[in-house]
Amino acid sequence: MMDFSYTRARSIDEARDLSIVPAAMLLAGGTTLLDLAKCGVVEPTRLIDITHIENLDTITVTDSGAAIGALAKMSRVADDPRIRENFPAISESLSLAASAQLRNMATVGGNLLQRTRCAYFRDPATFPACNKRAPGSGCAAVGGVTRNHAVLGTSDACIATYPGDLAVALVAFDAVIHIGPRAIPADEFFLLPGATPHREVALLRGEMITEITIPASPAARRSTYLKIRDRQSYEFAAASAAVGLDLAPDGRTITDIRIALGGVATIPWRCHAAEEALRGEKLDPETIARASALAMQGADARGANRYKIDLAARVVARAILKTGEIS
Amino acid sequence: MTNPATIRLEINGRSHTLALEPRVTLLDALREHLGLTGTKKGCDQGQCGACTVHVDGARVLACLTLAAQVEGRAITTIEGLSAPGAALHPVQAAFLEQDAFQCGYCTPGQIMSAVACIREGHAASDDEIREYMSGNLCRCGAYPHIVAAVRQAAEATP
Repeated sequence: MMDFSYTRARSIDEARDLSIVPAAMLLAGGTTLLDLAKCGVVEPTRLIDITHIENLDTITVTDSGAAIGALAKMSRVADDPRIRENFPAISESLSLAASAQLRNMATVGGNLLQRTRCAYFRDPATFPACNKRAPGSGCAAVGGVTRNHAVLGTSDACIATYPGDLAVALVAFDAVIHIGPRAIPADEFFLLPGATPHREVALLRGEMITEITIPASPAARRSTYLKIRDRQSYEFAAASAAVGLDLAPDGRTITDIRIALGGVATIPWRCHAAEEALRGEKLDPETIARASALAMQGADARGANRYKIDLAARVVARAILKTGEIS
Repeated sequence: MTNPATIRLEINGRSHTLALEPRVTLLDALREHLGLTGTKKGCDQGQCGACTVHVDGARVLACLTLAAQVEGRAITTIEGLSAPGAALHPVQAAFLEQDAFQCGYCTPGQIMSAVACIREGHAASDDEIREYMSGNLCRCGAYPHIVAAVRQAAEATP
């Protein structure tokens, strides 16, 4: 791991002042940053430890929603009884991610910023070409082993999958990412790769995530995070879905539905077309299967990741059936 | 090279003052600077769990923690689980009784993880044990006996 200096920031302002210089990086749980520093993917000269800033890890839940401090650990948010009751998909997205040790280390702010697991991105010594790491250098994944690569939101410059789970649940329930006084809807926080895959999020140099807010809703309260993967635990999603459902008093008519996909797209992927197709419809397996296929509209496979198109549609359908308790 | 900084670490109830470069991980500080080699280096990338230690009672990975980050926190390693000469920790004893290892390399990490898993209340069933112990890999495949050891220790814990 390359050499760097280490400084503890005592306040958000101090963190900004210290991190505004190039090659300075904020350090929270360190689970992504130190890993990538060891891989040679990031080369910070100065780390600013923000975990000692006070009052940035509180979890507040009221009738209008939840506010989660950026430094709250994944494990604490996952286990919070108020989050489990009012936002089960949020809790499940966290408890199904990583391992118990990593969840004790990683913060929710840092979790949103975790980098792709694209094997080409993570191995600069073997694969110098990566438009994310070195803009304009090309993409070693296109034409390579693509089993874990994205089928939605890709470009010729980048097909790397966004790896996180929490962010998928956040975009499904219209969460907002707070950067001090600036607030960005989660759906707009993550940037499609296009021709600039090195720009992943709407954060500017010196800015840090301070809080995540999630509005309360009946759909968030009746929600599920379903994650399908190559092994049963401690693995990234082959495909995952955050689904929330609100039903009319008849128990069968869908009045509100939220669907977002993970493990198949370059960013956390909200499925508005599938939601629209199901709003007002009856909760029955055939309708759900038809609408779930709409979630994969525009999907573009490149070789071995073709399986994700069918898989993700089925994950959406199963998550809706599970949430509606008809499976 | 960034000059070493003086860092005080509280490990197993004892205070240690070390001169460390900022990039030194807690894992390397334990093994290379303090001779506490019970904590193992497996992948060194946060994927195997061999380096699991407790920081303020929570299980974490020492390979992805800078020593500087945990200055002022209480660190417990496998060496600190039971006093020298005293009886084994119940989880250590359960691992022996259930023969929960083959080569033994992952065992300190497994035991540190299991102690925390039981304390967290995540060892109520074999399925829950498997899920909450999934961050500790065993290349020998001793998983059935590891699950049995964690279950035995959990059942003996009031």
